Amino acid sequence: MQTKRTVFQSRVLPYFLLAPQLIITLIFFVWPAAQAIWQSFLRQDPFGLKATFVWFANYTRLLDDPDYLNALGATFVFSVGVTVLSMGLSLMFAVAVNRVLRSGRFYTTLLVWPYAVAPAAAGLLWWFMFNPSVGIIPYLLSSFGYEWNHRLHTGDAMVLIIIAAAWKQISYNFLFFVAGLQSVPQSLSEAAAIDGAGPFKRFWTVVFPLLSPTTFFLAVINITYAMFDTFGIVDATTSGGPSQSTNILVYKVYADGFIGLNLGPSAAQSVILMLIVVVLTVVQFRWIERKVQY
Amino acid sequence: MFKKLSMAAIAVALSATSSLAATEVTWWHAMGGELGKKLEEIAQKFNDSQSDYKVVPVFKGTYPETLTAAIAAFRAGQQPAIVQVFEVGTGTMMAAKGAVYPVYKLMADNKEPWDPKGFLAPVVGYYSDAQGNILSMPFNSSTPIMYYNKDVFQKAGLDPEVAPKTWAELAAMGKKIVDSGAAACGFTLSYAATWVGLENYSAIQNLPYGTLQNGFGGLKTEFKFNGKEQAAFWDNLKKQQDAKVFKYGGPGGGAETAPMFYAQQCAIYMGSSASRAGVINNAKGFKVGFAPMPYDDTVTKEPKNSIIGGATLWTLNGQKNPDVYKGVAKFFTYLSKPEVQADWHQFTGYLPITNAAYELGQKQGYYEKTPGSDIAIKQITRGTPSDNSRGVRFGNLTQIRDLIDQQFETVLSGKKTGQQALDDAAKAGNAVLREFEASNSN
Repeated sequence: MQTKRTVFQSRVLPYFLLAPQLIITLIFFVWPAAQAIWQSFLRQDPFGLKATFVWFANYTRLLDDPDYLNALGATFVFSVGVTVLSMGLSLMFAVAVNRVLRSGRFYTTLLVWPYAVAPAAAGLLWWFMFNPSVGIIPYLLSSFGYEWNHRLHTGDAMVLIIIAAAWKQISYNFLFFVAGLQSVPQSLSEAAAIDGAGPFKRFWTVVFPLLSPTTFFLAVINITYAMFDTFGIVDATTSGGPSQSTNILVYKVYADGFIGLNLGPSAAQSVILMLIVVVLTVVQFRWIERKVQY
Repeated sequence: MFKKLSMAAIAVALSATSSLAATEVTWWHAMGGELGKKLEEIAQKFNDSQSDYKVVPVFKGTYPETLTAAIAAFRAGQQPAIVQVFEVGTGTMMAAKGAVYPVYKLMADNKEPWDPKGFLAPVVGYYSDAQGNILSMPFNSSTPIMYYNKDVFQKAGLDPEVAPKTWAELAAMGKKIVDSGAAACGFTLSYAATWVGLENYSAIQNLPYGTLQNGFGGLKTEFKFNGKEQAAFWDNLKKQQDAKVFKYGGPGGGAETAPMFYAQQCAIYMGSSASRAGVINNAKGFKVGFAPMPYDDTVTKEPKNSIIGGATLWTLNGQKNPDVYKGVAKFFTYLSKPEVQADWHQFTGYLPITNAAYELGQKQGYYEKTPGSDIAIKQITRGTPSDNSRGVRFGNLTQIRDLIDQQFETVLSGKKTGQQALDDAAKAGNAVLREFEASNSN
């Protein structure tokens, strides 16, 4: 790749131009992150009147805490579920839209709409539809003999938050898949067709491998989304229940820190989450960007 | 972290707007809807009654949100003068000695009249320290009572004037209601696993909830709510659920419990006495009966008093302008006036906080005119309170209640027995208590 190099006359100017971004990063990311790290080594009362430095006690206790291990497991199931469901569906939609020429733009607009819905609002929508007493979906399911109740059944609750979170992300994935599909040269598919490959085979052996950069990129983005950006959905639908089955890591940080007022352990959890983001980012930039063949 | 920062920013923005002649007293509260309007009316009337102070009520969301916001604001040095904290947060507030300006001291420092004996004993006992000093200003206290649908009772062939007195009677009547098709479910409970279904159940049946007089005796307390009686009670609720007699309405306050009662799905609803206004407004097309909470005659023949919920007003330390505290004291004096208290109590269904307000209501003939309105008062003042029925006081009780809710859900889904679930809840709860003890003792 070509790199552009600009030479500035003044030494101050480049720093000045960078300053707005740097200041925002420092105030809204570095400073709170540093505070979280500092707090994760403290045991403090809610009002901040007394603090004891406890070294790694908050961390070691987390790893012994069955609830935390449970949250790790729930997060794993949840993020894999969301990623597979939302990417699968959006790939399907993208392939379908890519085949229609004239109305493609119309469908694209419709499919992008959900992305503008705030997570809390999306959560509330699903909460209404799946509400065990007044919701339409439990009502329909009951006519098939299935008694839906995500207040009591852990499986139902997990399915609910996976659907709600995946629905929200379909738009984003869809856009990237459409763009990816359009960059696949038509001639390759045509050549395969001449060699006698059916549409199904053409897709899996020609188009899908060529989409791999988009797929990998989206996989990382979706996992990140499921792990960190779904607080609103969980809060509005299940609040982590029943019996902690949907208490994903990011929700547990909130529940322990803001409801439980246990700031030290909550800070330790956010530091661990921060490390996970770092790892995911490194994976994306170092590994995927290099290994995936264009 | 970001949320905390933004809350601090909002606190700064709010305090920056205060530059009027009268000294402003900010009051963060958690009363939405009708209750919020009434609260604002009280503040407005106080402001109109004098010109030196202006009480500014600010709605901060749910009880936990209000508490969290106040704590975050305190850490940022932008705390309100008064914050309404629910009874579950009492342990947390009491332990925060440097943050709280105890009301008895506030009133004495500002030479305002203060008579602890004027308050209803069960209310004030809840908010006093070991020396008997009242730490926060009682404001809205409630206790659970039973609401029932008289029309459904009639349809099921039951006497609509007779409510079940015991849990056994309730089960029998519930079965009759469901079997006859009068309603889809017999009863539902708000705070099914906590305030109503465990804290009040233990108090009424005179069973210990924790050691050291349910936590009133100090931070070294441990949970005892995993007794065999409570376990049997939870198993019974599971049994009733399987028989469709009991329907669970969600954790915490049970967001779906009251709607199920309003929609006539459930014939009986047990919830706060302060739900009264809401029940009367929403019970369209059927008559509502009011009754005390049932008791368990396999455990006790003499039910104790029920315990309170609701909230009190805490004064926070650290206001830059000392005049603010004078304003707070004046406002509290205004709040304790019998007329103000009686009006609030009669409008909302909360308990009258002072004896004078109760007497005023009696003089006005309010309790005769509005049947069922004194059930809560009678229930909370019956008998002599024991160590088990004075209340519960534990640090981080909000978080512990969540743990108990989760364990209750495992019973309802059939994964654990009542005993296993309560044992696990007590174990997890004790760990939280030890954490609280460690962070609050130096």
